[in-house]
Amino acid sequence: MQLGLFLQWIIKSGILLAIMTGGFAYVTLYERKVLARIQVRIGPNRAGPLGILQPIADGIKLIFKEELIPARADKFIFILAPIITVFPALVITAVVPWGETMTLFGQQVPLGIAPDLNVGALYVMAIASISVYGITLAGWSSNNKYATLGGLRASAQMISYELALGLSFVPSIMLAKSMSLMDHVQMQAQMGMLKWWLYQPLGPAIFLIASIAEVNRAPFDMPEAEQELTAGYHTEYSGMKFALFFMAEYIKMIAVSMIAATLFFGGYLGPFVDRLPWLGPIYLFGKVIILLFGMIWLRATLPRIRYDRLMSFGWKILLPASLLNVFITAVLVVIFG
Amino acid sequence: MGAMQILFLLAAAAVLGAAILVVTSRNLVHAALWLIVALFGVAVVYVLLNAGFFAIVQVVIYIGAIAILFIFAVMLTRQIGGKDGGSQNHSTWWVAALLSLLLMVGIVWILSTWQGFATELPALANEKELISELGKSLVSTYLLPFELASVLLVAALIGAIYVSWEKSR
Repeated sequence: MQLGLFLQWIIKSGILLAIMTGGFAYVTLYERKVLARIQVRIGPNRAGPLGILQPIADGIKLIFKEELIPARADKFIFILAPIITVFPALVITAVVPWGETMTLFGQQVPLGIAPDLNVGALYVMAIASISVYGITLAGWSSNNKYATLGGLRASAQMISYELALGLSFVPSIMLAKSMSLMDHVQMQAQMGMLKWWLYQPLGPAIFLIASIAEVNRAPFDMPEAEQELTAGYHTEYSGMKFALFFMAEYIKMIAVSMIAATLFFGGYLGPFVDRLPWLGPIYLFGKVIILLFGMIWLRATLPRIRYDRLMSFGWKILLPASLLNVFITAVLVVIFG
Repeated sequence: MGAMQILFLLAAAAVLGAAILVVTSRNLVHAALWLIVALFGVAVVYVLLNAGFFAIVQVVIYIGAIAILFIFAVMLTRQIGGKDGGSQNHSTWWVAALLSLLLMVGIVWILSTWQGFATELPALANEKELISELGKSLVSTYLLPFELASVLLVAALIGAIYVSWEKSR
């Protein structure tokens, strides 16, 4: 029994890692295709039918690129930084439930690695707060002014938006009376999505804005603003180390989409999911695709925000709004139970 | 010796080793990184004590907020490499060493006379509801210390705002 449980965890972790890394490759293609369509272009269509082999071609190209380490860089931290950046992105979704518990080969298999962890929401916050390190250290260890400034900006931005991100979890925790993400999804099923949103009117908007800032996507991609910082914290990185930063960004996009879907859009819920539990992962996948489309659409539409505007937006608008959101939910919970 | 003890010894060794490296590294950023390793080790010890909530809070607050501010401050200073080459020891280091040794012996002696020293880890009654129990006890049994701590934090916040306020306006 112990061995079976152990094997089950290893297999599920393997599946999650495979989905995240494979997903990374195809999110890059998805983004290029959608961006091209929005800009009335065709996009990559040469490698394989409809360009579906393009990510593989890009990967092979990056593997064969020369790796450069700048003179007088802090070599150990320079090599460590991309690894620290990818690691949190890969493990953050371990607490997201993919569906109800299923019976496979005569065993009760909960879908997800630890969907019922009793500190699930806090775990997400903890991992999100670690992900600042990779970028900051990459910027500092490169021994390059532009990279250091990019790293400093990244850490300032991520610390500021983490507050709003964390506070946007609080109303859901109050409504579900639990920090386990499984309980959040089940509470959404019980309350209905409309009531879930009415109890936290600003929650989804705050989460989506803060999470885009947290993964450094346009229009909040200040740490890598080309006009001012050449390429920001990864200016000096090349080859596979650069690819790791790229990978972390896209995996984080998938991860925040999964978490947003779980917290605000019903997670694995959908029609007939109570009778056919294997539909759960498919619904979650569909919701992630839609949220990713939203992120790409924003990148294609909005110009980059100026750095001081970004910080004052985070502290003066988003933080008070998220406190107000917590307050509204608290009052509604006390009045209506 | 069970797996728990082995894990505890590994975590404790990692914490102590990292703590020594914090004070001996000449590079300030490396010292800050070793501090993070030590804080992670403490989080592991919390997990071994069946206090998952504290482990996560340790990571959120110490590693996610305080240590990143250390790194931030260090990156803004000059002379990170520490090329001054002088001795890192104070001339009276042996007094400090003696005092800490005495303190450790004292703590171990007091703990060993405590009746709960040799008891096994008790099984927790309500594993799933640990956090809500903690929350309830914070606003009932421990209300006064909890409120005192929040007043202290608010005072510190106001102080920080006052110190950084631009008076020239």
